[in-house]
Amino acid sequence: MASHYEAPIRKPLVTGDKGYHDVTVDIAAPIEGRANKHWWIVFSIALAAFLWGVGCIIYTISTGIGTWGLNKTVNWAWDITNFVWWVGIGHAGTLISAVLLLFRQKWRMAINRSAEAMTIFSVIQAGLFPIIHMGRPWLAYWVLPIPNQFGSLWVNFNSPLLWDVFAISTYLSVSLVFWWTGLLPDFAMLRDRAILPFQKKIYSLLSFGWSGRAKDWQRFEEVSLVLAGLATPLVLSVHTIVSFDFATSVIPGWHTTIFPPYFVAGAIFSGFAMVNTLLIIMRKVCHLEDYITVQHIELMNIVIMITGSIVGCAYITELFMAWYSGVEYEQYAFLNRATGPYWWAYWAMMTCNVFSPQFMWSKKLRTSIMFSFFISIVVNIGMWFERFVIIVTSLHRDYLPSSWTMFSPTFVDIGIFIGTIGFFFVLFLLYARTFPVIAQAEVKSILKSSGSKYKKLRDAGKPLYAVSAAAPKVKKATNTKAAAVEEIVKEKAPKPKQNKKASSLLSAIGTFDPKTQKADDLKKVKGIGPKMEQTLNDIGIYTFAQVGKMKKKEYDLLDSLTQAFPGRAQRDDWAGQAKKLNKN
Amino acid sequence: MLELELENMASKVLQAFYNDDDVLMHAVKKVKAAKHHIEEVYCPFPVHGLDKAMGLEPTRIAITSFMYGLVGLTVAIVMMNFIMIKDWPQDIGGKPSFSYIQNMPAFVPIMFELTVFFAAHLMVITFYLRSRLWPFKKAENPDVRTTDDHFVMEIEVHDNEKELRNLLSDTGAVEINISEKDLH
Repeated sequence: MASHYEAPIRKPLVTGDKGYHDVTVDIAAPIEGRANKHWWIVFSIALAAFLWGVGCIIYTISTGIGTWGLNKTVNWAWDITNFVWWVGIGHAGTLISAVLLLFRQKWRMAINRSAEAMTIFSVIQAGLFPIIHMGRPWLAYWVLPIPNQFGSLWVNFNSPLLWDVFAISTYLSVSLVFWWTGLLPDFAMLRDRAILPFQKKIYSLLSFGWSGRAKDWQRFEEVSLVLAGLATPLVLSVHTIVSFDFATSVIPGWHTTIFPPYFVAGAIFSGFAMVNTLLIIMRKVCHLEDYITVQHIELMNIVIMITGSIVGCAYITELFMAWYSGVEYEQYAFLNRATGPYWWAYWAMMTCNVFSPQFMWSKKLRTSIMFSFFISIVVNIGMWFERFVIIVTSLHRDYLPSSWTMFSPTFVDIGIFIGTIGFFFVLFLLYARTFPVIAQAEVKSILKSSGSKYKKLRDAGKPLYAVSAAAPKVKKATNTKAAAVEEIVKEKAPKPKQNKKASSLLSAIGTFDPKTQKADDLKKVKGIGPKMEQTLNDIGIYTFAQVGKMKKKEYDLLDSLTQAFPGRAQRDDWAGQAKKLNKN
Repeated sequence: MLELELENMASKVLQAFYNDDDVLMHAVKKVKAAKHHIEEVYCPFPVHGLDKAMGLEPTRIAITSFMYGLVGLTVAIVMMNFIMIKDWPQDIGGKPSFSYIQNMPAFVPIMFELTVFFAAHLMVITFYLRSRLWPFKKAENPDVRTTDDHFVMEIEVHDNEKELRNLLSDTGAVEINISEKDLH
């Protein structure tokens, strides 16, 4: 089909010669398998950090904001720094899934699911900070425009802090439905593969009964496109409004019109760095190197390089404007940033955000996985310092030199920040074990245009598919489900007269002794129905342990015995399923 | 009793299984060319052009989203006009709340956010309801392989089973199922 055409110069986005079924198996593997030791170690560390943060939050709320390092001059510090940092990180997810969708960038498909997960988890962290900074979080509903007991006093719609409430909650909820809608077909895939009843139930519930009708897909694509169109201005508005928290004030260093675009560029910059940090680890741990390729990392590095340079321009513009404005307070604010007592924070920011991404001009460096990971961490640190510099250095020397002071965080400030990092990783690690981390349905839709298997066929001038002339197997049944399969088995399955084959099969997988062993319910294996179970029992196969020992040779023997569905046992991986069932 | 059973009798459908989207498209076009009605096609991923080939109407869900957006914008304007101008006008920062239009620049962010909020959420809810997707909804795909790598074309059979089978025999179907399907 012409729609599958892609210029030969484009490198494959899915390597390893994958077919549709391979994609299914690869994406389902991390979920269907068991967590390894490393996962548990990292999860324990994250959980400990999270619990430490919970402790610090409880201490803050029960004792008061006085437990933080704030003073009457620096009345915003780590809390708002962390808030802006987390919101900024969230932006990359929407950028990848929405903006890259509008631009029809196919490489987004391998990373959008995890990037959106990152968005949601980091916006949750961000939302925590304003709520705990309220001091009395149980009154958080006061930010909503609801009639209240103080007469008809309403929230102030002129305040950027209230705009933030609307922006962040719209952003979080819209990102969530965007993410979930995309997840439905993938949850359905897991549901239809699930062997254990509990998993089947959970994924049935999560998939909302997705059936994949042509009309559903038509609507699905339209909904995705419209949501992308809505999410694109939304994501730009969110960080714009966050920057208004500062820009609409009259504090020197905050009162600048460049803030909205500068904050948005910074948000994309830090978000892409976090995506790189997470995915470089995840592709390794979940064996997804064929989907999240070096090309993906390289493209993200290019985005980091460009947005880092935009941020650098903004830093320099700020300095120029401070000088050019002729306002001595503005001039001092910037002089103090670069050369005052917080010079180290300013130059850490400059080094991490402006200089370090410039290494990505080199093809060798931006295709190096280790270097990309290193730079992504550096950028994360740098962007935290950017917010710290903007907030603290603008505040700590105000108009009255007698109240000039420095800020130092208490263990509670630090604890809450570490707690949110822990919380973020707890959520992300749970996600990586239970959610399809790659939008497999979307990846399948680009497989023919961008998969290495089909690209090779196209390059060789071969057709991508062949219409088989062989007559299809025809089945008749009263029920469209499993019974259809069983009918055939009944018709074709011979009585166990080929004793020679049966005994050679049993000698390979072990015999069943009804006196000492208990027969398993083989129907639990996907692909084995009541009739097939009967056939297997007739041969002498009763337990998961026996099925679990089957290999290529045994499968072939079984096929020759049953003559029901050649290759079915192997395709469904009965042995693998049985091994798992045997453990439970 | 007998009459009741006859009325509830399920209709007969033919399900042709394919394992390639291009092969499926050819089959769909062939069936349409032979003037048969395709009841349904189940796919593991969106196959571009399938809706047109099947003769499905374009979806109007984007239009609903636009209208929901207008509702959101209206809600924002009415709400802020009532709260900030009518019910409790205040003089904030030397900018008295005399009229909505004069104070409007400060209200633009909320007007925008609520437009997006309504457009996005109500459209998604519409999609879920129209496509019958909600928690505890039972899946209706005829075979578990349709979320993996198989495509199923479903055609209703009206005493033309043989004709349909002949038509589909060389379309590259890997399997053909003929079954009773309860449509209600």
